[in-house]
Amino acid sequence: MTTATLSSPTPPKRLPGDLAIWFFILAELLAFAVFFAAYAFARASHVEEFNLYQQTLDRNAGALNTLLLITGSWFVARSVQAAHRDHSAAIARNLWLGWLCGAGFLVVKGFEYAAKFGAGISLSTNTFYMFYISLTFFHFMHVLLGMVILTILWVQARKGVYGSHEANGLESGAAYWHMVDLLWIVLFPLVYVMR
Amino acid sequence: MQFKSQAVAKPYFIAAIGLFVGQILFGLIIGLQYVIGDFLFPAIPFNVARMVHTNLLIVWLLFGFMGGAYYMIPEEAETELFSPKLALAMFWIFLVAGAATIVGYLAVPYATLAKLTGNGILETMGREFLEQPLPTKLGIVVVALAFLFNITLTVLKGKKTSISMVLLVGLWGLAVFFLFSFYNPVNVVVDKFFWWWTVHLWVEGVWELILGAFLAFVLIKTTGVDREVIEKWLYVIVTLTLITGIIGTGHHYYWIGTPEYWQWWGSIFSALEPIPFFAMTVFAFNMVNRRRREHPNKAAVLWALGTGVMAFLGAGVWGFLHTLAPVNYYTHGTQITAAHGHMAFYGAYAMVVLMMISYAMPILRGRAANSGKAQVLEMWSFWLMTTAIVFITLFLTAAGILQVWLQRASDTPLPFMAAQEKIALFYWMREWTGVVFLIGLIIYIASFFVGGKEEKAA
Repeated sequence: MTTATLSSPTPPKRLPGDLAIWFFILAELLAFAVFFAAYAFARASHVEEFNLYQQTLDRNAGALNTLLLITGSWFVARSVQAAHRDHSAAIARNLWLGWLCGAGFLVVKGFEYAAKFGAGISLSTNTFYMFYISLTFFHFMHVLLGMVILTILWVQARKGVYGSHEANGLESGAAYWHMVDLLWIVLFPLVYVMR
Repeated sequence: MQFKSQAVAKPYFIAAIGLFVGQILFGLIIGLQYVIGDFLFPAIPFNVARMVHTNLLIVWLLFGFMGGAYYMIPEEAETELFSPKLALAMFWIFLVAGAATIVGYLAVPYATLAKLTGNGILETMGREFLEQPLPTKLGIVVVALAFLFNITLTVLKGKKTSISMVLLVGLWGLAVFFLFSFYNPVNVVVDKFFWWWTVHLWVEGVWELILGAFLAFVLIKTTGVDREVIEKWLYVIVTLTLITGIIGTGHHYYWIGTPEYWQWWGSIFSALEPIPFFAMTVFAFNMVNRRRREHPNKAAVLWALGTGVMAFLGAGVWGFLHTLAPVNYYTHGTQITAAHGHMAFYGAYAMVVLMMISYAMPILRGRAANSGKAQVLEMWSFWLMTTAIVFITLFLTAAGILQVWLQRASDTPLPFMAAQEKIALFYWMREWTGVVFLIGLIIYIASFFVGGKEEKAA
């Protein structure tokens, strides 16, 4: 009897997180979209240069970072699920694991940058490297901001702020973290792999 | 008014309007000098008159911002201003310093002024918009700090609303970025690089926060829409402004000797700068459409809607026109820039100050709103000035397109002055439209002296 009422087939549609964070995410996506379009535009007139220098990028590091970010997103999604189930210990634990994945990303990226900068590559080396450094650096800064947000969420979660009664802030932060992940999933094939 | 100390805003507003008149008069002088080169020469040469025109603009807007803040902050913080006396003292210091500076510009040659005012001790003069002598620059810093001290302490002892926080960040940013006007390295590339930290990060950065905060305040007061809704919009606008505007500084770094990547960074980020302005337009119209009451001050609502639209057109659309590096390669420093500058400053900053004055001044004079007769006159001035600036912008845009073609893009490019003579017709049309603007401004001032049945104090 109760199961019939509990498992309502179509739960009411609602926007997870705050409307404002979605505006913010859309603005961020738009900024990156313009950057990606500029990349395509520049590549069209420098195809050989782009193909040549793309070979010098560390695709394994890129792939590893893709894995790290997707795993991080999975943990953060688990954290939101835990909140809806009022499983409070799991909220904070999953946020922390998500944060670790972000930190792993930064370390891998750090090694990658060290190799490139060590080889004397800079924003002014050529157009391909200009885009490689700019795009990955802007994304890097977004990972960093995402981790700051996860830290705040973690502190709040430890205080027991989130649960089925209140998940707005958690969902907003999680949505931002997924955006960081989404951007990388476009950026990695575009800059490292596609030719 | 709710708090007695809000009254200190009144002299600031009056001074702002007075200096605005000066700005327009000098605008008409230089507009005429475009076509009659020796008009008023040698008494007032073009370079001096232009400096007076732009400096008066900045100073009257600063008076407007300060007046607006002195009016808004006590009401938002729900407490009296920390020190009304300090505010009044700063008013007189700023006014006297400003007037002395303008007299200095007009009375002695600029080089003499530099020598007299200690430019030898710390060389800060001689750069566009930052021409002020050292004592004036120091005076601006003192006035700004005393002002910020005053309003910050007011907020600290009272209620802290999102709107006053955004305003404070904007005003503190204004003061901090002005400090770059004291940094004048010998290397002209480095000089220009940081010069934009004052100029760009003011008008395409922190001033937009001031604009957003004032707009939000007046919309709350006149529409009765929930504060939470308005604050959410304000946050979105602030975020969009900062995402696009900060790195958008790069659109000034295309041809000054900085690395080439600025052409990409500047183009990409500044291309997005219209978005926060568009959000402001949508914001203003949305809130007015959802209004919960009919505020008797219709003129203030008109200015609020007007600033939304005109800021988007002037700063957003006209800025975008020439912001991409490949376009700017041809348009840099032409009349296209002048067209953009006129509509952007009027739409974003002149209009938002006039909106604050329109909303606050009747209350400061003891009534909720001016009489219907006075408001009709004020709305006439709104339409005259706004239409005039639209046409000034269109004429200058036409002049700019022709200039780019004749002087830069054609197969047989003409020298600068030869191209200028060919587009003189547009300068004449701009000048006459400027006269219409002045008529609008005179009607605006007249609207303060019109009687009739007034709305009772709220």
